Amino acid sequence: MALNPFSSGTRLRDMIRAIRACKTAAEERAVVRRECAAIRAAISGDGQDLRHRNMAKLMFIHMLGYPTHFGQMECLKLIAAVGYPEKRIGYLGLMLLLDERQEVLMLVTNSLKQDLNHSNQFIVGLALCALGNICSAEMARDLAPEVERLMRSRDANTKKKAALCSVRIVRKVPDLAENFMGLAASLLKEKHHGVLISAVQLCTELCKASKDALEYLRKNCIEGLVRILRDVSNSSYAPEYDVAGISDPFLHIRVLKLMRMLGQGDADCSDYMNDILAQVATKTESNKNAGNAILYECVETIMGIEATSGLRVLAINILGRFLSNRDNNIRYVALNILMRAITVDTQAVQRHRVTILECVKDADASIRKRALELVYLLVNDTNVKPLTKELVDYLQVADPDFKEDLTAKICSIAEKFSQEKLWYLDQMFKVLSLAGNHVKDDVWHALIVVISNASELQGYSVRSLYTALQAYSEQGSLLRVAVWCIGEYGEMLVNNVGMLEAEGPITVTESDAVDAVELGLNRYAADVTTRSMCLVALLKLSSRFPSMSERIKQIVAQNKENMVLELQQRSIEFGSIIQRHQSIRSSLLERMPVLDEATYLVKRASATQATIPAYKPAAVTPGGLKLPNGVAKPAAAPLVDLLDLSSDDAPVTTTASATAAPSDFLQDLLGIGGTNLSTAGAPSSASTDILMDLLSMGSSPSQNGLPAPGLSFPAQEKKPVSATPQVGSLVPEPMDLLGSLSSSASISGTKSTIAAPQAVDLLDSLSPSTSVSGLEDTRPSITAFQSATLKITFDIRKQPGKPQETTIHATFTNLTSSNYTDFIFQAAVPKFIQLRLDPASGNIVPANGKGSVTQGFSVTNNQHGQKPLAMRIRMSYKVNGEDRLEQGQVSNFPPGV
Amino acid sequence: MINFVLLISRQGKVRLTKWYSPYTQKERTKVIRELSGLILTRGPKLCNFVEWRGYKVVYRRYASLYFCMCIDADDNELEVLEIIHHFVEILDRYFGSVCELDLIFNFHKAYYVLDEILISGELQESSKKNVARLIAAQDSLVEAAKEEAGSISNIIAQATK
Repeated sequence: MALNPFSSGTRLRDMIRAIRACKTAAEERAVVRRECAAIRAAISGDGQDLRHRNMAKLMFIHMLGYPTHFGQMECLKLIAAVGYPEKRIGYLGLMLLLDERQEVLMLVTNSLKQDLNHSNQFIVGLALCALGNICSAEMARDLAPEVERLMRSRDANTKKKAALCSVRIVRKVPDLAENFMGLAASLLKEKHHGVLISAVQLCTELCKASKDALEYLRKNCIEGLVRILRDVSNSSYAPEYDVAGISDPFLHIRVLKLMRMLGQGDADCSDYMNDILAQVATKTESNKNAGNAILYECVETIMGIEATSGLRVLAINILGRFLSNRDNNIRYVALNILMRAITVDTQAVQRHRVTILECVKDADASIRKRALELVYLLVNDTNVKPLTKELVDYLQVADPDFKEDLTAKICSIAEKFSQEKLWYLDQMFKVLSLAGNHVKDDVWHALIVVISNASELQGYSVRSLYTALQAYSEQGSLLRVAVWCIGEYGEMLVNNVGMLEAEGPITVTESDAVDAVELGLNRYAADVTTRSMCLVALLKLSSRFPSMSERIKQIVAQNKENMVLELQQRSIEFGSIIQRHQSIRSSLLERMPVLDEATYLVKRASATQATIPAYKPAAVTPGGLKLPNGVAKPAAAPLVDLLDLSSDDAPVTTTASATAAPSDFLQDLLGIGGTNLSTAGAPSSASTDILMDLLSMGSSPSQNGLPAPGLSFPAQEKKPVSATPQVGSLVPEPMDLLGSLSSSASISGTKSTIAAPQAVDLLDSLSPSTSVSGLEDTRPSITAFQSATLKITFDIRKQPGKPQETTIHATFTNLTSSNYTDFIFQAAVPKFIQLRLDPASGNIVPANGKGSVTQGFSVTNNQHGQKPLAMRIRMSYKVNGEDRLEQGQVSNFPPGV
Repeated sequence: MINFVLLISRQGKVRLTKWYSPYTQKERTKVIRELSGLILTRGPKLCNFVEWRGYKVVYRRYASLYFCMCIDADDNELEVLEIIHHFVEILDRYFGSVCELDLIFNFHKAYYVLDEILISGELQESSKKNVARLIAAQDSLVEAAKEEAGSISNIIAQATK
């Protein structure tokens, strides 16, 4: 018996046993490796006898997830063998180990063709089965004639297999649909249920694939279908097809499905089916799953075709029964059809609203998800309030997994139907309180925009948020919105400004407000964004509540050594603002200008994804510099703000500016995304651009060899200077005029976070002598150089008619407390520019900005319009007899110079 | 259309997979892992449907085995439950009160049965008796071939004695 090729079954068992006996995955891998090695050896050794057994083993190994590609050729060999047992296992292996995308499959086409023409019906069956399960488009084309022929076979089993095989062929090559439609229609006259089912499925597929086929089948087989359905639903007990007292539910369902395809948009066909559909809908028993499956399909068909209103009522009633069913499966499918029925008959679906709402609270995730989607579709102006209330109430007890979906839907509903702002705000506050950790960023961004626009509700908002924060401090986005509001509207919180009628006064001291923000700042779970927002809020509060200023300074100072650069920087800069610049602090930290709602909505709609990508274009400027938002997009807003420092109120200008800056202003304003800030000055050596040239110089320390990447002020100060040309190239005209300011202008309350370094710079230079109002002079003067010790401004004049020539009047101001002597200013320009220096007004720069030295010079840009003006400068002077040298480059000339 | 059939044990071991839509080996492993995570963790009284990647997976538990079928979003979930039961009943008749071990050691036979029920992800035969008859006929073909081969090898063995 040793030679018997079919006695190998025991060895398969042994292998399975050995694998099952493995205690660890490593052991299992070892066994599999050993078996695979043996099989490979057998394959290369051409061991005919064991091929059959090896294939079975390979299939088992494959099922465990190990690679078995080396066995693919063995399948082909087995299929090509003569005997039935070899072919059987070969085809099984083919279907398991290969899929339609593998080239090897093409090699089997010939064997398949032979087997399709075999005299043994079982071998034909094997080939049809394999073809139906894994054939590719090419094979489908090649073998379609054989399959077509087999559909005319006398054997029922071959016919049904050929019909299903055609389903796959038509899916792969829809062009072939017309070849099959006549045959498919003729098969509908058969008696054998297997053939009928297969033929009905083929017809359904043909309808999907081709309009012609659909029309043909409408004309030719609607009567046959009605007859089949009538026969099967009227038939007496047939044990062979009986499922729970119903004769062949499978055939029922598939016929109903085909009827839906044929009746859709065709009144005549639909009319023809009305009676039988009504019969199925009324007579089918609904106490078992099989019956319900038929009813489910029947309702779908009624909803899908041009049914009479009476039939529709019947269907809706069945749905009602389904919805109140206690079986979860039935309720699930009921919700499923209601989704589709809503387009047909909204009123009927609305009637089940209460039940559907209950389903949102179901224990079953699948049902909840369906129901929530349905509720979302059901919301309209009249029922939005009760529905939202229900959903918000449920939010309290919902599964954490489900909360994200639920909050997204609630917020979406609240936004869509928010005629009353107060109602919208209330809903949002509730959502934030209950599920603030599950709210997506764009939702709370939008909320802030709304609050910013609703001036009469700001007081209410900040008080509600403060109260909510006391109870739900662990909710991330609640904290953010609350902190933002406290920062902006802190005085409304403390003084109960703008009370609504229904609102009770709350007693919050200035200290309480600061406490709330401080808690947020120090929360363990708070992320960088939240903490950054807390710092900004504190800074703003320091101006709102002068008495708290000292305490805020201390809180802010706690982050001076924070590991996160963003926080560290904010801390240091804000500390400096609080400490050193009290005179202008209040105007600097004014309330943020009203955000433009329309622009935000448009932007949000266009960039439905994250808001972050919006600033990417700015970040990838030609120089490869990573510009922080505040610098990349100063827009006009901060500028206007700055110029408006003396007046309290600038609503007109700010709206205008907001529309002028459709970029990601909310992000900017919130100071988010600025974490790259401190790398801004870092040069990239890749480019040979003159700009880069200048940059590389600029990032080198201006004095005493401090390292460039700057937390320290000197390095930071370089940034605006080097960054502005890129801004200039991105931002059109308005910037140009004020370009000189923009580098330092991004201050103002709104920009305080990111723009802080510049703010400090500006203030440093301003505070000693220059008055704030001095800035209101809008003549194009730029800060060409700025360090902790020295500031240089350029007044730029153009000769009319000579665009290449520029006359520059430089002013040198000493920022330290000791005089500079022997002051010499030198400048160098690229080759395409010519420079002529006039003598300076003196060589002593007095201390503390009390007077300055001026020097005029003119430059001629021979490549005017192609390359911007750029300049390196060097200043040497003596302080108390000690030599000093500072250098830098000026690349923030307004474009067009 | 049924996109694939999956039999997983309660421990997450795969007992049978049949793919009617093309999935690469990598995707298959991923799908199985994802679905066992989704399905095996579901409570006992919940509905038998899981929504997954825009498809629906209908599953039903028989003893320690989960029978899962992945269908398109607009297919009839209740009917697929019946198809699963149809398959299980046929297996039960074929093996004579089937258990997980039968499906492990005779996995190829389970595939043969499935191939008589589904082709290209569609139902082929609604009569259990018919399926049983066809399988029996093919099994006897194999038996006959075995005996023939056995007798030939006996003859050869005797002739070469």
